[in-house]
Amino acid sequence: MNTKYKDKDKLLIFEITEEIDHHTTEKIRRKMDNEIERYMPKKIVFDFNQVTFMDSAGIGMLIGRYKTIRMIGGVAELANVKPSIRKIFEMCGVLKIIPITNKCA
Amino acid sequence: MKSLYENEMKLEFLSKSNNEAFARISVAAFASQLDPTIEELADIKTAVSEAVTNCIIHAYEDNEGVITITCKIHENSIIIEISDNGKGIENVNMAKEPLYTSKPDLERSGMGFTIMDSFMDSLEVESILGLGTKVTMKKTINKENSEETKELEGKVFSSFKI
Repeated sequence: MNTKYKDKDKLLIFEITEEIDHHTTEKIRRKMDNEIERYMPKKIVFDFNQVTFMDSAGIGMLIGRYKTIRMIGGVAELANVKPSIRKIFEMCGVLKIIPITNKCA
Repeated sequence: MKSLYENEMKLEFLSKSNNEAFARISVAAFASQLDPTIEELADIKTAVSEAVTNCIIHAYEDNEGVITITCKIHENSIIIEISDNGKGIENVNMAKEPLYTSKPDLERSGMGFTIMDSFMDSLEVESILGLGTKVTMKKTINKENSEETKELEGKVFSSFKI
């Protein structure tokens, strides 16, 4: 996973590059929490451009980070989500709290 | 020995989380002989990943055990059995409820069985406390195409009769 931070907008972008399952979420979660704590952003974006697979472990992980960013008064968004993964987001009702934006701000 | 199935395979591996990708990719490779769409293949991979993750997190609770996957192909359907010798599920109906999780502290979404159920055509869960759990899922590939073909065949057949 790569992260980009835009200071002007206090925007933190997570470019996830791995398949997201129970095995990989532990590492991704730790890295995201470190970066959020470091930058205290106003907005985080989960960029799914390079994500080819996600199961329900990803849902738990994203909702966990959503709760963190809400706690510090920020918002979360999703970007570049493929149809096969969007299906899982829709089924789990995630898009109501973490909306998809068309471009990666 | 003549089997009811055209093809079968069996995988056995340790309940380590880095085998989750191995399991879903192997099953997808086996399923690809049915010529599934990318979407159908993605559904199968997700369902297998959910079932295998359940074995690792719940059945063996991070102790090591063996997970067995059996795949069978019959006509254009794939039947996938994923079993463990772990602790078993106390209440299968409760476990299947959307959003139910026995481990909320692990940030689990509680959507595993719901995803398996809706991404596959059928889902059966058999579990005996202390002995293990077996999940059986079935998916028919290229359903629309095959129905169209059957319809077409029927038409050709009836025109022959005339």
